[in-house]
Amino acid sequence: MQGPNASTISAQGISPRRHRAFVRITHWLMALSVLGLIATGTGILISHPRLYWGETGAVGTPSLIDLPLPFVLGPSIWNRPYHFFFAWILVLAGFTYVVGGLATRHFRQNLLPPKTDFRWSTIASVTSAHLRGKRTVTDETGTYNIVQRLTYLAVVFFFLPGVVLTGLGMSPGTTSVFPILATSIGGHQSARTLHFCFASFVLIFLIVHIAMLFVAGFRGHVQAMITGRLPKERAPR
Amino acid sequence: MSKFLTRRALVTTGLATAAGVSGLGAAMHFTGKYNLIPPDNGGILGISETLTYSAQRLLTSNRSLAREFTQAQISTVSPVNGEVPIDDAYQRLLMNDFRDWRLEVEGAVSRPVSFSLDNLKSLTPTRHITLHACEEGWSYIAEWSGVRLSTILDLAGTSPNAKYVIFIPYANPSTNSGAVRVSTNGIDMIDALHPQTLLAYGMNGGDLPLRHGAPVRLRVSRLLGYKNTKFLSRIVVTENSDFYHRGNNSWFGGI
Repeated sequence: MQGPNASTISAQGISPRRHRAFVRITHWLMALSVLGLIATGTGILISHPRLYWGETGAVGTPSLIDLPLPFVLGPSIWNRPYHFFFAWILVLAGFTYVVGGLATRHFRQNLLPPKTDFRWSTIASVTSAHLRGKRTVTDETGTYNIVQRLTYLAVVFFFLPGVVLTGLGMSPGTTSVFPILATSIGGHQSARTLHFCFASFVLIFLIVHIAMLFVAGFRGHVQAMITGRLPKERAPR
Repeated sequence: MSKFLTRRALVTTGLATAAGVSGLGAAMHFTGKYNLIPPDNGGILGISETLTYSAQRLLTSNRSLAREFTQAQISTVSPVNGEVPIDDAYQRLLMNDFRDWRLEVEGAVSRPVSFSLDNLKSLTPTRHITLHACEEGWSYIAEWSGVRLSTILDLAGTSPNAKYVIFIPYANPSTNSGAVRVSTNGIDMIDALHPQTLLAYGMNGGDLPLRHGAPVRLRVSRLLGYKNTKFLSRIVVTENSDFYHRGNNSWFGGI
């Protein structure tokens, strides 16, 4: 998990800046909110752990997926307010991150893959190196490889907006103004099912993201995301 | 200079914080002026409740209508939470087919009124087919018929300073704490005067079924199921925001 800007090692031997302040701050805010959303989302889900397609669905109607969870009446009531508390942190931090990323050309410099990398052979070799816990060519340059870039872009511009929009697709107030949020995907229950699917992808990303940190050096990378710099002895060769 | 914070980062952060604080101040003034603060604005959750409520109030209007459906989309299954009240007052009304039932409209009104079921049915009826969504996750579509709440409020002469309308049901004293209670509930004037807000006495062409809150329940189409109070007994218009609010749930149920 090598990061951006590491190739600009300063003359004094100070380890280079890997992450800008707005990236670090919004990263931890979003990390907090995603953990909170998964916890409270599960709290809501177990009140009715069954997914449907279309507009309607309830006990007694055909379901799409019966999750292997018990029906527990009650937790949805007090989990929902916390769910929206964390959702607001995600939306505000995410918005700040995207605006900051555009303003500082962060996306163009660090996340948009170079055209030459858009080859299945590159993607396959990087993926295979990751799976074997091996370092890749880009690790030495201190930049993100093609798989990291595409994954981060997908999370930032597809899965997180997707989870927010499908969440709003369940809101009777919001769909009174933007009915398309529900109608375009099949209805209220479809929005709920897709909300669950998007959230699951975010959870899978989170697990892999943390697992990869252990492969790349947990302490150094967490420190870099807090202070902005890798520890000196761990600076990229 | 710290290794972690450059001067530029400090200046930028300082400016952003100053902008944020003054923005928050302006927002507080604005939200207070335009009724964008919900009654449950206290504590840490009050922050997100206020953001949600004000965002939805700025986004929606009196005119934005909840999605409506066709006859063919009406669900065959329509679940409910909570029990039918078992207290004597309600049971006596039920035995008598609700002939003695009265809906009191009081509080910040110039003409407190009491309606019988026949009185309500003699007023201009309205009906719509909408989605009823429970915060637990399930939903069904039904046709609701009744009288617009705004019609009732007009007859009672609501005070121009009215802020909320509170709905008091026949509560079930035996309901245990684990189940969702039939409880007192309130909505703001925007939802109260909304054309899809009904005092519903009919469902899917028939009378309102007992388990759905007979004889009359509230239907607020842009809000979640728990805001649709069943087994109505009394409506209170108020100019204050410090009315009873069920503890754990969000007061505003539009999302």
